[in-house]
Amino acid sequence: MFYMPSIAVQTTPDAAMVEQAARTVVTRHPPGSVPLTELMGAWYDAGLTWVHFPQGLGGMEAPRQLQPLANRIMREAGGPEPRTVNTIGYGIVAGTIRRYASPEFAAQLLRPLATGEEKWCQLFSEPGAGSDLAGLATRAVREGDGWRVNGQKVWNSLAHISRWAVLLARTDPDVPKHKGLTYFILDMHSPGVDVRPLRQLTGRAQFNEVFLDDVLIPDTQRLGDVGSGWFVANSTLADERTSLGERVVARGSGAIGDAVQLWVDHPANQSPALRERLARLWVRSEAHRLTIERARIAATTGTVGPESAITKLAGSELTQAVYEFCIEFLAAQGALMDTYAPDAVDDESGPNGIQRRYLRSRATTLEGGTSEIMRNVIGERVLKLPQELRNDKTVPWRDVPR
Amino acid sequence: MTQEFEFGEEIVALRAMVREFCAEQAPESTVRTAMESELGHDPALWRRFGSELGVFGLAVPESDGGDGAGLVPHAVVVEEFGAALVCGPTLGALCLALPALIALPDAQARQDYLPGLIAGELIATLAAPTVHGVFDPEAATVSATTGPGGWTLSGGLAHVPDGASADILLVPARTQEGLALFAVERGAAGLAHTDLFTMDRTRRQATFELADTPARLVADEVAAPAVCARAVRVATALLAVSQVGGAQRMLDVTVQHVRTRIQFGQAVGAFQAVKHRCANMLMEVEQARSAAYHAVWALDSDSEIDDPDLAVALAKAVASDAFTSITRAAIQLHGGIGFTWEGSPQLYFKRATADLVTLGTGTEQVENVARLVLDRRVAAANVPEPTLT
Ligand SMILES: Cc1cc2nc3c(=O)[nH]c(=O)nc-3n(C[C@H](O)[C@H](O)[C@H](O)COP(=O)(O)OP(=O)(O)OC[C@H]3O[C@@H](n4cnc5c(N)ncnc54)[C@H](O)[C@@H]3O)c2cc1C
Repeated sequence: MFYMPSIAVQTTPDAAMVEQAARTVVTRHPPGSVPLTELMGAWYDAGLTWVHFPQGLGGMEAPRQLQPLANRIMREAGGPEPRTVNTIGYGIVAGTIRRYASPEFAAQLLRPLATGEEKWCQLFSEPGAGSDLAGLATRAVREGDGWRVNGQKVWNSLAHISRWAVLLARTDPDVPKHKGLTYFILDMHSPGVDVRPLRQLTGRAQFNEVFLDDVLIPDTQRLGDVGSGWFVANSTLADERTSLGERVVARGSGAIGDAVQLWVDHPANQSPALRERLARLWVRSEAHRLTIERARIAATTGTVGPESAITKLAGSELTQAVYEFCIEFLAAQGALMDTYAPDAVDDESGPNGIQRRYLRSRATTLEGGTSEIMRNVIGERVLKLPQELRNDKTVPWRDVPR
Repeated sequence: MTQEFEFGEEIVALRAMVREFCAEQAPESTVRTAMESELGHDPALWRRFGSELGVFGLAVPESDGGDGAGLVPHAVVVEEFGAALVCGPTLGALCLALPALIALPDAQARQDYLPGLIAGELIATLAAPTVHGVFDPEAATVSATTGPGGWTLSGGLAHVPDGASADILLVPARTQEGLALFAVERGAAGLAHTDLFTMDRTRRQATFELADTPARLVADEVAAPAVCARAVRVATALLAVSQVGGAQRMLDVTVQHVRTRIQFGQAVGAFQAVKHRCANMLMEVEQARSAAYHAVWALDSDSEIDDPDLAVALAKAVASDAFTSITRAAIQLHGGIGFTWEGSPQLYFKRATADLVTLGTGTEQVENVARLVLDRRVAAANVPEPTLT
């Protein structure tokens, strides 16, 4: 089907090896009959969690594009979509840990991350710094062998159930804003961390405000150099965009799969106008999916750059358009729900799963950087167009209007 | 009657009065309390709108106890209610039941219901059978039989706006001769309802089951179809006006937000991506306003400015697009706050979703336009030329 790049080093695992390793795990630890942590632990030990990672860190140094193969075997054996075990851990954090943490620290963090025993969250955004992440105000001040941190974060998904966080803080307010940031790993059980859930449009309380009051972080939990936090954070953001944009793996799965199923299930609601609209959405979805496939084949290193903004942008806007279609197709039924309880199970299931996904889809063009910011990234960093006039890039952070 | 689009001093004053009353008596905090309550609205507040503010009878002829001011001022009230998301039976009572009752040829029935409705004391709703947002007697799901004890109705009704709070349910039902309109009282024998959990908690719906439920005939088979068709048209135009109200409010709130929210050392409204989106929102709401009020004027008594069916379909199509698109933009331009429960955009977004699929979805109304404009043109073109012999 696809022309696979020839494998130079003899020891690089190929599809057959990945497949065999995956089958062995699901045979020895049948999903559904063993505890999830055992299954995911064995998956990790076999190097299947992130196949392109080094051995011992949940990988086997295989080409990254073999990951979907492993995940498919897990799925077919009745196991979970692996990322759902620890959404932020898998999609956002793991890559940065692998790239920047010492091997020993990475080994300590990644296995419980992979099994889902220790959940992760991302403490980036602040009340005063969302799109302008580099403008953040949370301060980290050097103290002995570590750092004392004060500030407030917001919109932090899953912080209320997380054991660990990646944290971006300002270590030098006297230099321009991109230069004074440092990246840390924070133990959410540290004294001074106060997590307060916030309720979302869906009714559920899945993101949070996090107050940091004299929180101490050992310097060993710093990733990257002091002052290079922006650089490290960008690798996290690129991973996040990739994971947000790349969820659709098989033709007709994901949002468009929901819409097509709905179409089939409700013949009385069908009309020529809606048929054409759905067909157009299917075409867009398939073009998007093929673009992801193409990017996956092209990416040999596992490093992702600003191009990740393209799939993030396309995927998020498409998801919204598809669920907008679903609601109109359902007509009167589309405006019904079952509950807005803050502790409702998820944003997917139940008799009104489509309506829930419709509501949840409004977040996709905000989380992980808004669509406006994605277009700026594509325009400026991919197409190298000139930037809009800015007054905040060269002056010391403390002098920027807020 | 005023000329189309002429909003005279009285209308301007009326709008200001209703807006002020809403701001004071039904601010967003009140809306949130009401929408979390079981009934979904505060009947005492509804009565105050009717009696203290006295704006429910503007479209009712003076002979029936109203102000005889026509549909335009009534629409202004509905628009302001839409802007404030006033919780209450606006759709059921003010948009659907009121025009139906006004159109009843039976003076006694008008007298029995309209004064209570005007005072906010009596809540009525209409369960009109529609297909693609157009009244269609064939879609009736209730049948009526007459016997020594009078009429009884049997059948089911889906998605009845404000059903649970209605004292009087106006039900079009099939008889031997055609379709007649009946009034069913709350608590009537054999009447059961189920409250639906609506996505927009400020607009409620219920389903009903009727089993030999006693009912009063209020319009016979000759009058009922016209009464129902009129009510559905008026309700659809008023719903479009309400969408305009909500859309304008979201535009205002959003512009205010992007003017003050600072990122990258400047107000985010300074970025063209944001500014242009706001400009688009304004364009959309202005077009929706034109189309919606055009429909209201077209439906006002003896005006012949347009085909009412076309004007209504146009209004609902344009306003549905505008309201959904503007509320989506409002969420987006608010950033994270836009996705919270506490922020205003989510309330309007859910209202826009509900309105989109009520009384004909946006797409269905576009289809109605196609039928009324394109299909008619084709039919006209295909009429054979009279042949001369
Ligand atoms: C469901 C959800 C989950 C999230 N999870 C996390 C999380 O786990 N961790 C975390 O740290 N953050 C998280 N976020 C925060 C998210 O990254 C921010 O909401 C986002 O970056 C926008 O920031 P803001 O909310 O401050 O909006 P603002 O930055 O205030 O943006 C407001 C509007 O202005 C626009 N805008 C801003 N700057 C520009 C510009 N230069 N050019 C054009 N338009 C511009 C934006 O696009 C937006 O439309 C989450 C958000 C959501 C909705």
